[in-house]
Amino acid sequence: MRSVRALAATAALSLLAFSTIAFAGEPKQGGILRMYHRDSPGNASIHEGATYSLNVPFMPVFNNLVIYKQDEAQNRMDNIMPELAESWAWVNDNKTLTFKLRQGVKWHDGKPFTSADVKCTFDMLMGKSQQKFRQNPRKTWYEQVNDISTNGDLEVSFNLKRPQPSLLALLASGYTPVYPCHVSPGDMRTHPIGTGPFKFVEFKANESIKLTRNTDYWRKGRPYLDGIEFTIIPNRSTAILAFVAGKFDMTFPTEVSIPLLKDVKSQAPNAVCVVEPNNVATNIIVNSSAPPFDNIDIRRAMALTLDRKAFISIMFEGQGDVGGTMLPPPNGLWGMPKEMLETIPGYGPDVKANREEAKKLMQKAGYGPDKHLAVKVSTRNIPVYRDPAVILIDQLKSIYIDGELDVVETANWFPKIARKDYMLGLNLTGNAVDDPDQSFYENYSCGSERNYTNYCNKEIEKLFDVQSQETDIAKRKKLVWDIDKKLQEDVARPIIFHARTGSCWQPYVKGVTIMSNSSYNGYRYEDVWMDK
Amino acid sequence: MFAYLVRRLFLMLVTLFGISIVIFFLLRIVPGNIVDILFAAAGYVDPADKANLEKELGIDQPLIVQYWHWISGFLRGDFGYSYVSEKPALQEILPRIPITARLAGLALLFSASIGIPLGVISAVKQGTKLDYALRVVSLSGLSLPSFWLGLLILTAAVAMFGQIPIFNPNPQTWLEAFTTYAVPAAAVGFRSAALTMRITRSSMLEVLRQDYIRTARAKGASDAAVNYHHALKNAILPVITVIGIEAAFLIGGLIVTETVFNIPGVARFLVEAIRWRDYPIVQNLVMFIAVVVVFANFTVDMLYAVFDPRIRYTD
Repeated sequence: MRSVRALAATAALSLLAFSTIAFAGEPKQGGILRMYHRDSPGNASIHEGATYSLNVPFMPVFNNLVIYKQDEAQNRMDNIMPELAESWAWVNDNKTLTFKLRQGVKWHDGKPFTSADVKCTFDMLMGKSQQKFRQNPRKTWYEQVNDISTNGDLEVSFNLKRPQPSLLALLASGYTPVYPCHVSPGDMRTHPIGTGPFKFVEFKANESIKLTRNTDYWRKGRPYLDGIEFTIIPNRSTAILAFVAGKFDMTFPTEVSIPLLKDVKSQAPNAVCVVEPNNVATNIIVNSSAPPFDNIDIRRAMALTLDRKAFISIMFEGQGDVGGTMLPPPNGLWGMPKEMLETIPGYGPDVKANREEAKKLMQKAGYGPDKHLAVKVSTRNIPVYRDPAVILIDQLKSIYIDGELDVVETANWFPKIARKDYMLGLNLTGNAVDDPDQSFYENYSCGSERNYTNYCNKEIEKLFDVQSQETDIAKRKKLVWDIDKKLQEDVARPIIFHARTGSCWQPYVKGVTIMSNSSYNGYRYEDVWMDK
Repeated sequence: MFAYLVRRLFLMLVTLFGISIVIFFLLRIVPGNIVDILFAAAGYVDPADKANLEKELGIDQPLIVQYWHWISGFLRGDFGYSYVSEKPALQEILPRIPITARLAGLALLFSASIGIPLGVISAVKQGTKLDYALRVVSLSGLSLPSFWLGLLILTAAVAMFGQIPIFNPNPQTWLEAFTTYAVPAAAVGFRSAALTMRITRSSMLEVLRQDYIRTARAKGASDAAVNYHHALKNAILPVITVIGIEAAFLIGGLIVTETVFNIPGVARFLVEAIRWRDYPIVQNLVMFIAVVVVFANFTVDMLYAVFDPRIRYTD
């Protein structure tokens, strides 16, 4: 009898221990996630902005047709999940993308979501509707879309001019939420209405943004959190100290620099921190339409003199990546392999030899130890721009180029480079989606508004279209590598490095995933919970 | 006195009119406008979109027309809409004023309540160790930038107490509410207190050498009566002037303090508005500050007459 009791007690204890272990990993409902925000976004409308300062607080308010899987760090075609769409299919020789929509979804104001809302959103993005956005920075994403057609309330089709498999990737970005037809673009800037896991409560400029749980969310059991509160703290030191003191559950994503990360880890050793590439490339823009940089030899010499590892070592304590236009592997999907990269002039490991070659090119162009080339290196008056510009100036000295730093206020930066009022500039290019279509057309196609250097190569442009239509990923990758190599050899916009940044959260925050090949797509937060 | 008041009020109006012109045109001289900034942030320019937005905001009109729209609206109490938040400018500005007013008031209180007594003690105890110690404190107050002091306070608070005294919009206790303002007010008021202490000290030293002070002592008046009744009352005028000027300059110190302590007050909001070239906010806010400063100066002038019976503003 005694042994039976002992056995029962052991079994009960085992069961209790097992259930405790099981429950420790079970997501819990409730709690407000407190996060600081790095700055005050101009408005609340994702479609009218071009900064992830908007995506982080407002992506939880919306849904897309499709979305990158939120618990996987790498955005890939094969981890695109249905969201407002239940399924999709390519038909008509890959020229039509048809979505079956989810039934019973409601906007936060109670109105039903239908295919008309999808049509409205994309007509507005293509500039085809009566209502207009004040700004429409991603209009070019939909250049291959002829029109949007609906078939009843629950089916919508994107009819393309030619096949473009990457359209699905663009639709999965955090930059592509579906907006309601019945709310004006003006109202969406101040009080956004979505179908997402969290409802907008208030946005006090320079102060705070508050979201609350959408109790009527179509995905049952989500979100776990009762709400999210962002406190706007532009001063980075104050923000980090507040996180260390436990006032916040999470830092602003990808906003902790590598040196700051060390401080956080030393002062809050329990904090969970990750470092990931943010798919932002620091690059040089060259005004090749005016002397002296109309001379290809000088441009090549400049590309040859870059010591990319020195940039990464000084700025990120070694935590950065050398690559071409596309983010390098393993995080990037389309970046050239190392062996191929090192065949490009200036990417070889022997910096001294590269510079000797650069000096010869400079001497050929008429410059040398007795005759230096004086240039102004223009850049925005922000540390992430200014710091590498200073290093660049130092490196250019080794090939008889005397650079002078020309810092330009943000308001004047784009007008200045648009009117080609610069010789050499240092710029940052962020990619919302790790896909060549977004990067190549936006930055290198003839006549594109963001092709700041006016680089125009019709032969390469044809290759842009070829890779864009290629459905075989392996074949497309090969094409993309060749294009990227050619762009670097042409010194179209020499890429210096791809940055890595940190994000931290308190140990009780669970279910956070920081994307490793984009900083724009991973903020739905419906799977985040707090083990408190 | 009445004629003087009318003259002063008229001068104040002329000054404010001049300030309105300076504010308006200086803001337009600064390169770039809200549309440039919005489009720069998006990294693209569509000339048609840009022109539409400029038209929508009214910044495509001639400057003189824009000025008239603003100033006539201001006089009618119509402050326009913020270009950024698209909310009425007044709705954006008003909730922030009490926050900054509380902070500025506490900073001035800190400055006067610490600076004046310590200045008097330093003067009365001239040449003693206490005087030297107080002079070191006042010098350090003048040399430490308030943003540095603010960050030092925050770092120390986190390291020592595991707490950070940044702005708390919903304080639970009276102590929390007081800390929300008192700590940043001390950080920004420290410099001002140091200046007040030095002015009080030098002014007191000058007064303490006067014949009437010797007479008062000879008549057997106590030290406290001599120092506080006879000397301080006469030494206080330059101190009041300095506090008045400090009140006007405080806005500069508050910008950094509000940033470091993350206080959503007027000063930080103004810097953000300038960054965005949010003309309706900047113009109305700077005009409001100008009105406060002009009235503060007027009040200081009137206080002279209260503290010094020899001063009478005659016709």
